[in-house]
Amino acid sequence: MNIFTRGIILLSGLFIFWQFLVSAFQLPPYILPDPITVFKAWYHNRILIMHEAIPTLLETLLGLLLGTILGCSTALLMAFFRPVTLWILPILLISQALPTFAIAPLLVIWFGYGLTSKIITTILMLFFPITSAFHDGLKRTELGWLDLAKTMNAKKWRIFWFIRIPAALPSLASGLRVATAIAPIGAVIGEWVGASHGLGYLMLNANARMQIDLMFAALFTIILFSLVLYFIINKLLTAAVFWQPEN
Amino acid sequence: MLNSQLIAPSIHIKHAFLAFRDTVLFDNLNFVLPAGKITSLLGPSGIGKSTLLRLIANLITPEIAKRENTTVRAAITCNNNIAISAQVAYMAQADLLLPWLTARDNVLLGARLRGLLTSDDTKRAELILQQVGLNHATNLLPNELSGGMKQRVALARTLFENKPIVLMDEPFSALDTITRYKLQTLAAELLKNRTVLLITHDPLEALRLSDEIYIMSGHPAIVHAPLDLTTPTPRDPSESGLIELQIKLLHELTRLQGERI
Repeated sequence: MNIFTRGIILLSGLFIFWQFLVSAFQLPPYILPDPITVFKAWYHNRILIMHEAIPTLLETLLGLLLGTILGCSTALLMAFFRPVTLWILPILLISQALPTFAIAPLLVIWFGYGLTSKIITTILMLFFPITSAFHDGLKRTELGWLDLAKTMNAKKWRIFWFIRIPAALPSLASGLRVATAIAPIGAVIGEWVGASHGLGYLMLNANARMQIDLMFAALFTIILFSLVLYFIINKLLTAAVFWQPEN
Repeated sequence: MLNSQLIAPSIHIKHAFLAFRDTVLFDNLNFVLPAGKITSLLGPSGIGKSTLLRLIANLITPEIAKRENTTVRAAITCNNNIAISAQVAYMAQADLLLPWLTARDNVLLGARLRGLLTSDDTKRAELILQQVGLNHATNLLPNELSGGMKQRVALARTLFENKPIVLMDEPFSALDTITRYKLQTLAAELLKNRTVLLITHDPLEALRLSDEIYIMSGHPAIVHAPLDLTTPTPRDPSESGLIELQIKLLHELTRLQGERI
């Protein structure tokens, strides 16, 4: 069964269950609107939704890009200069322990209502999974390869470049998959806390005005867009890192 | 094949000591690997053969010894007075091919790692791959190769290094009998005139390939040569007397293994 058939079956099942919940418990639309109402809301507001999706998309992609660059550099630094690890690791853990929700308002104060504060929230969420996955991969180079490289009289940085980094790419790819899945969440959290644009902003506004159908429509747009993003990144990673163990 | 300027040296192992935690595996171990000859080393599992080979290859740095909880000491010299690490190529039981590189690029790994890759190297790599019968597979990735082909690429990579000393740790043990037989013949041919140390568990492999057979045994271990081999290598299994030698070797190894139980 291919991914599309499975996806359609899964989604239909979900919608049927949802419709059943609404009908069985007679839920009013301001608690849980039925799927058709949500779809109608989506259709009527499609231009608004697409318009608000652009900043969210931009924040997600930029956050993902910058978070990846930052995460990879940190992991490389930690693996190449081992003593650095002892100093960086606590910072890494702190960055992960920080409740993003709690500091997001601060980020808005510091970096304004625009893209920057959302990109930073996204980076804060991505940074740890990427760094830790890549660093793990860099640490776990097959010892036989290192022995072989040593008998070949290789310089340390060349072993790093030709063996340890490529060998760690499958791990980095898993980190990137996790990061891709959570990147939109980072952007939306940023928008919830303070924004004048974006799907998170739209959801918050719709919620406040009891337009639950519109809120769900925005929510589904985020889900759809996360799935598509994940699908694309996953395909790219599988093609680029073709030596992943499962292949 | 062998670079004419490099003459394979003999290797002298003196006062080798190895302890893992508190267990002394060998102490004051002394032996010589004759120049330009293939020497096989047999012996029970866990006796320290692989560690000895890694010790000769200069792979047990103080840092690694600490991590592996081992204490090692040895005076290992070559009669040409060149550091052993500058003239050694290493081949392990696992093919150690990098899965993201084609067969050719795996053979070229050493040149890349030394930062000295030239177009001549590429030509030479292809020539060697041809010699090991892989001219049709130069652009294939390891996962597109069979086990025997992978080990042939590993052999090609070892030969590409063109070093006068070759250390091999059970290089053919993971292969099926026929593939192993073919690869042994090929290796014997291509490794001629180099100083080779071959660790093996297979008495027949040792008898086919070696000019000298050593057995490592005892606690702490010592190395002794149970047989006198005079005929040229690679020996055909049908060669007269080979079966008797194999039986003798098997008996000797069984006796030594028995001591350990």
